[in-house]
Amino acid sequence: MMKTMAVEELQVLKEKNPLLAIDAIVQRHNADPGSAIPILQDIQNTFGYVAPEVLQRVSELSGILESELYSIVTFYSQFRMEPIGENLIQVCHGTACHLAGAERVSEAIMHETGAKDGGTSPDGKFTLEKVACLGCCSLAPVITVNEETYGRVAPNEVGKVLKEINGQTEDKKAGCKGGCHHE
Amino acid sequence: MSNNGFKVKIGLASCSIAAGAAKVHDLLKDLLADDGIHLQRTGCMGLCYCEPQVEVVAPDGRSYLYGNVSTDNVGQIVEEHIKKGEPVEELLVVPPDGASEAGEYIGRQERFLLHNCGNIDPENIESYLDAGGYKGLAKAVAMKPEEVIAEVKSSGLRGRGGAGFPTHQKWTFARDAKGEQKYIICNADEGDPGAFMDRSILESDPHSVLEGMMIAGYAIGASVGYIYIRAEYPLAIRRLKIAIAQAKEHYYLGTNILNSGFDFDIKIREGAGAFVCGEETALIASIEGKRGMPRFRPPFPAVSGLFASPTSINNVETFANVPQILAQGAAAYNVHGTEFSKGTKVFALAGKVNRGGLIEVPMGMSINDIVFAVGGGISTGKAFKAVQTGGPSGGCIPAELADTAVDYESLKEIGAIMGSGGLLIMDEETCMVDVAKFFLTFTREESCGKCTFCRVGTEQMLRILERITEGEGTEEDIDTLEDLGSKIKAGSLCGLGQTVPNPVLTTIKYFRDEYEAHVRDKVCPAKNCKALIEYEIVAEDCKGCGLCRKQCPVDAISGGKKEPHVIDQATCLRCGLCVNSCKFDCITVSSKPGKTAPVDGQGMGAVS
Repeated sequence: MMKTMAVEELQVLKEKNPLLAIDAIVQRHNADPGSAIPILQDIQNTFGYVAPEVLQRVSELSGILESELYSIVTFYSQFRMEPIGENLIQVCHGTACHLAGAERVSEAIMHETGAKDGGTSPDGKFTLEKVACLGCCSLAPVITVNEETYGRVAPNEVGKVLKEINGQTEDKKAGCKGGCHHE
Repeated sequence: MSNNGFKVKIGLASCSIAAGAAKVHDLLKDLLADDGIHLQRTGCMGLCYCEPQVEVVAPDGRSYLYGNVSTDNVGQIVEEHIKKGEPVEELLVVPPDGASEAGEYIGRQERFLLHNCGNIDPENIESYLDAGGYKGLAKAVAMKPEEVIAEVKSSGLRGRGGAGFPTHQKWTFARDAKGEQKYIICNADEGDPGAFMDRSILESDPHSVLEGMMIAGYAIGASVGYIYIRAEYPLAIRRLKIAIAQAKEHYYLGTNILNSGFDFDIKIREGAGAFVCGEETALIASIEGKRGMPRFRPPFPAVSGLFASPTSINNVETFANVPQILAQGAAAYNVHGTEFSKGTKVFALAGKVNRGGLIEVPMGMSINDIVFAVGGGISTGKAFKAVQTGGPSGGCIPAELADTAVDYESLKEIGAIMGSGGLLIMDEETCMVDVAKFFLTFTREESCGKCTFCRVGTEQMLRILERITEGEGTEEDIDTLEDLGSKIKAGSLCGLGQTVPNPVLTTIKYFRDEYEAHVRDKVCPAKNCKALIEYEIVAEDCKGCGLCRKQCPVDAISGGKKEPHVIDQATCLRCGLCVNSCKFDCITVSSKPGKTAPVDGQGMGAVS
């Protein structure tokens, strides 16, 4: 059943035929009222971003006006219209993190990677995003790298963390099968 | 070897996992497997400041709570305590008699709502049922809907989202409204920076929220509930999905629930990153698949809400209170709290406090008691300066007013609000102008743009604050901020615009001298604003190790090996990385000398 197509299955389908993956996503939600946002969220989860060209197809399939879809993508901060780098770094800029020096952490990451806020480093390895509170205030300052959370990040240790991450992604590319824990 | 009677629990919520609890869990599970001891996963134990935590319950029922557990020391707990029966004193944060700092932290609280958090397995409905779960629902569906509302009325429960609107009134309006289809919405769009109460409840006790929604659905006559939750909370979403599936398997969700003829289903909608969606009409627009923009009320959602149907929107914590009120009765509930603010309130205690975490205290406790008796005072050893309540919509309360009771009315009287429950503690090193600027930066970004005062006013206020922190403000700027602030409040449609000036207005009200120091003397008393400070290396203390030189992103530090280093002030960005890297504490920060006159040509329109 389309409705229950899992994220992994969508990934496989995307590799085979991106258009079919979009069809599956739209079908998955189309019966629900107000489905525009969940459709776009699934597209971003599957493709990493919402390409402007995709909106037309979603509109044709769902009957939701393309202008309406565009208005959503540009309103909500979650949506990206450009692809991201290999690793996504989110720096929490909530109140506790701000007090604990989140600005310094961001600056250190920008300095270390060359990525600007909201942008990707020239080597395509890191995309940096400043985000509102991640809710781990007691561990401030907090960053997440590819959804894994790091607490009490000292600005002068950011470089070390990033090297470690970069090493891990290189390992994964080389076919790391086990030992990586993901809660 | 067989099970020796010990029980072991480990807290696995977002904070604990970020602190390394998942790795501790895996190792602990392996270590205990040989002895046939079951390791139980629980949610947030509340002591965020000493995560990860492991609770060991001895065969005699005595509980030992270990804190700051890592993969390096968990083996010691297993070997010495669980195998030999000798508790590891140095890792213990709460001994069985509770005589410890962390014991004091817990002892001063009243954990009524959070009684399951850190005790039950949030991914197992049996664990919730064993703790008395779904008894409130069973009681509710045996009553008439009007009786359920009456029970909530006599409990005195008010909305925990911040405004404190009586819950029973919301339900009555929605019940009395005409409409075939009615909806319940759980507002889990916890957007306030510095707040993590709702996330912790959802991660630790998701069924309590579902049960509260079901009872509300029964009371108003709704058959569908939506949970609108931030996408930034993946673990809470995952646990909610598990809980919903299990509740369906056990027939607490579905048709003819508990043979009462009541049908109810719950759906999850993930937010897409818009703070304004915490406002109810914007939230509804977002579930309907539109931009999250607030609309004029009336009609109120209770009359015409989601898909133009009667809808009751309540916050996570409000729903989590409901099963208890039904199960134990309103009389057992309203013994907690004050005359007009009944029950307890959950807070996210954070900032410069020794013991930060998820706390629950009776309404009416003073701020001082929260900061010192529960929180253990200021972590930096500096003086307590202020507490910020209610996030970007709230206010800063100065230490002088910290004997104020925390309840809806008392906080309103001093210009602050209860808010959803973020409590940020600040010490004397916090610059209040910078704090105001921080919140304005956030809200300027998050204003949906519908109302001119909110859209343009926040931008202008932010520019003024930036000017002040850059040492280029004038005294007139402070008056302009106050004037703009009151106009934004009056000229905005929704709660966001009506409250965004609060952090600025309360900091001016209570810390005007700090604003004046910035504009008159061009000094930041907290030594925080970059344009008004400089870093210096104390030559006689510097060992010439070179760490700061290597750390400096702009090569502003020079000096030979084992020779005192020097910072070139013209190049220095004042990022402070050198201070972080110095192991000998020999880099000082001081007010920048010679900054006396404002720079011309920086009028309101000149800053981009």
